[in-house]
Amino acid sequence: MERNPMGRQLAIMRQSLFDQGYLDEQFIQLEELQDDANPNFVEEVVTLYYRDSARLILNIEQALERKPFDFNKLDDYMHQFKGSSSSIGAKKVKAESTLFREYCKSGNGEGCTRTFQQLKKEYATLRKKLEAYFQMARQAGPMETACRPK
Amino acid sequence: MVLGKGASSSLSMNKVDGAEEMVDNSNNFTVLVADDDPLIQKLHEMHLKKFGLKVQVVENGKKAVDLCHFGATFNLILIDKEMPVMDGAEATKELQAMGVNSLIVGVTSRDSPYEKQAFMEAGLDYCFEKPLTADKINFLLQELNKNN
Repeated sequence: MERNPMGRQLAIMRQSLFDQGYLDEQFIQLEELQDDANPNFVEEVVTLYYRDSARLILNIEQALERKPFDFNKLDDYMHQFKGSSSSIGAKKVKAESTLFREYCKSGNGEGCTRTFQQLKKEYATLRKKLEAYFQMARQAGPMETACRPK
Repeated sequence: MVLGKGASSSLSMNKVDGAEEMVDNSNNFTVLVADDDPLIQKLHEMHLKKFGLKVQVVENGKKAVDLCHFGATFNLILIDKEMPVMDGAEATKELQAMGVNSLIVGVTSRDSPYEKQAFMEAGLDYCFEKPLTADKINFLLQELNKNN
């Protein structure tokens, strides 16, 4: 239970990330791993995700600049990216990744390009929201339990 | 979805609700995690340690094989399919050929049944989709407790 207004605000912010479809159940799995011995575990994992996935984003961007498209390579990069995104519960990012892979399988280059632009938007939006969330979490102090979404 | 040797693909298990319902690990099981993704390494290590398991992590199949070759023993080996140097399928075949006495479980992000089946045929006991979750670990602990 939140003891203070900031705690309540944090809980509302957190819930909105689920309600608006940015995060899924996997994020809760991460929260359940966080404890007193590893109080910043979730933030560490998310930071690791954004650090590692930047390389994949760059690889995909570069691959999309080369014509004709190598759909196998694009699919392979996106498969890796999707896996990482799933691991942190990045729901919208994962959905765009899935769509991108479908376009790869059907050899639809325009679809790939369009979906990738949308994916980058979702990726950036999620990053901003999570940064704001973690910043508020640091200010609010430790919470006793993670609240599961309804 | 879990694939297991001789098991149907609709294996069901009781969903657990976090650490409160974890299976007792008083046997001190050891686990080797073989995955080249630092994010997955961190997640799996944390998940497994929460259940009281002793964890070692390597980043490719060759290191997993070498560890076992030089005498390290593990109750459970969690192995990714796609890794540099030596992938999960090849490492699994080598581990089986060596006769390692471990439960060998694939953990892959490949979601096609065909690819998972191909990985199983390398000699896995089970194959999970990533990411690892509490109920999957509970399932594996139940299997380890049965075997021990």
